[in-house]
Amino acid sequence: MAHAIEAAGLVKTYPGDVRALDGLAVTVGRGEILGLLGPNGAGKSTTVKILTTLIRPDAGAAAVAGHDVLRRPDRVRRVIGVVSQRSGADPDASGVANLVLQGRLYGLGGGDARRRAAELLARFGLEDAGSRPVKTYSGGMRRRLDVALGLVHRPQVLFLDEPTTGLDPEARASMWAEIARLAGDDALAILLTTHYLEEADRLAQRLAIVDRGRVVAEGTPDGLKGELRGDAVHVEWAEAPPEPLLREALGRLPGVREVVVDGPRLSARADDGAAAVPAVLAALDQAGVPAAAATVARPSLDDVYLRYAGRRFAHADAAQTPEAAAAGGAR
Amino acid sequence: MTALVTGTWWMTHRRLTALLRNPAVLVLTLAQPMIWLFLFGELFKKVVELPGFGTQSYIDYIVPGVVIMNAVSLNSFAGMATMDEIERGTLNRFLVTPVRRSAIANAGVVEQAISTAFQSLVIVLLGWAAGAHYPGGAAGLPALVAAAVLVGVVLAALSNTLALLVRDRNTIIGLNVMLLLPLTFLSSAFMAKGLMPPWIRHVSAANPVSWALDAARAALSADPDWGSAALHGSWLLVLTVAAVSLAIFSFRSYQRSQ
Repeated sequence: MAHAIEAAGLVKTYPGDVRALDGLAVTVGRGEILGLLGPNGAGKSTTVKILTTLIRPDAGAAAVAGHDVLRRPDRVRRVIGVVSQRSGADPDASGVANLVLQGRLYGLGGGDARRRAAELLARFGLEDAGSRPVKTYSGGMRRRLDVALGLVHRPQVLFLDEPTTGLDPEARASMWAEIARLAGDDALAILLTTHYLEEADRLAQRLAIVDRGRVVAEGTPDGLKGELRGDAVHVEWAEAPPEPLLREALGRLPGVREVVVDGPRLSARADDGAAAVPAVLAALDQAGVPAAAATVARPSLDDVYLRYAGRRFAHADAAQTPEAAAAGGAR
Repeated sequence: MTALVTGTWWMTHRRLTALLRNPAVLVLTLAQPMIWLFLFGELFKKVVELPGFGTQSYIDYIVPGVVIMNAVSLNSFAGMATMDEIERGTLNRFLVTPVRRSAIANAGVVEQAISTAFQSLVIVLLGWAAGAHYPGGAAGLPALVAAAVLVGVVLAALSNTLALLVRDRNTIIGLNVMLLLPLTFLSSAFMAKGLMPPWIRHVSAANPVSWALDAARAALSADPDWGSAALHGSWLLVLTVAAVSLAIFSFRSYQRSQ
């Protein structure tokens, strides 16, 4: 059986020579959750728009559930569910009315559409709000309704484009729980785009890190972090000790590498941080420069991003020019 | 084909439900034609006494003018609703479902047609209450309403095309403000052709508002001129088909540029 999503060589340039995608390739297996992680403007939403038949790429090929996105968009539309950044639910209509109409558009009969609407409202904790106009919903409720709208016709592939952007922490946690529950459904593949490192870490089984329109790294969150080989060990002093002394003290320790000294702070990488700390502290004591504090940190996705994109994630997000950020938001 | 019909049905159903949820809009937007009908009707009452105007009662003359002008102004804002749907993400939500693009466009046409027909009938009734006569009666009035619907569909399609291509509310408002008065006054809406300066008469001959009025007045007269009604009506029909095709085409362009 074909992959849920297979895309290769996707290129998309917008007027004004904005290259949104530059040869992006991505594959999502059946029943898998793939996280497309990248800063605003990296090309995540453009990728989703191509895969959901909203726009055509300038070059490249893509298939969703075995159907060619460019040649058979009609078939693709029958098997995908899309939860885009902007809700799209009719604010003046009730939750039920929105869901029933959505079912009708996929060819469900009246009874089936109403049953399916009731089932989804119950599943997403919206039974009591079902007959109220959507404009009275909270941000979190609206987002849950959006996901319900995307699931009305039992799609094989679900696209979640920045599903928690703009939600408060509580609503975000509840949305994470919903997505994690969806992941239990073996028949459903999910492509999730996000610019939250934590969200990608928690929800995605596999990650593709996107930077400037390309996938720069791919793997499981743990695998990607594991490739960085080891934990970060940070040591601090009240006053900066002489650097050569530190290097000599730590240079002989097995399993400690990449020592970086920055004033009264030192960072190093160790295969097993917890085991390395006592040895590091003992060596420093012996050299006559006892440490004031020492911490160990597991590698984060931020470290992964730094390694593959060559900059810190937060910087990449902030480095967007206002135009590119605005354009990214619209895409 | 059945997919197109059911798609059009459900998209139309959605729009009409929204209309019924808030019917006050249809009544409130009638304020403007009321002003035209009663204020203009009173103010220019005596122009029919000018030699060559060709009618005895000005209110008889301007009811079709107000009906058609109302169709123009009501529908030229259709693009604003489309802008809302684009910005809210509703249009994209439909574009990723199997529903046909032309079904989405058709639903807009049906909704505009129904609201235009409703308002046109209200204006005809109020005109009648104010003393207007419709000698063409049973056949003439449907012809007037049909002409108003066609003009409305043309304007709505153009307004939607602007919304899809330019995606800017100010452009839609600006163009409407710019077009409404010329379309109205460079036509036979309020003044008989025989009394216009020659250049306005020439310009108005190419104005679709005049085509609609010529068709409607020919059908409404005591001795209906069906030949003229059919001729002007068919020009209008051709224009309507062209405008709706343009709107459907602009969906494709919208998809390329978003």
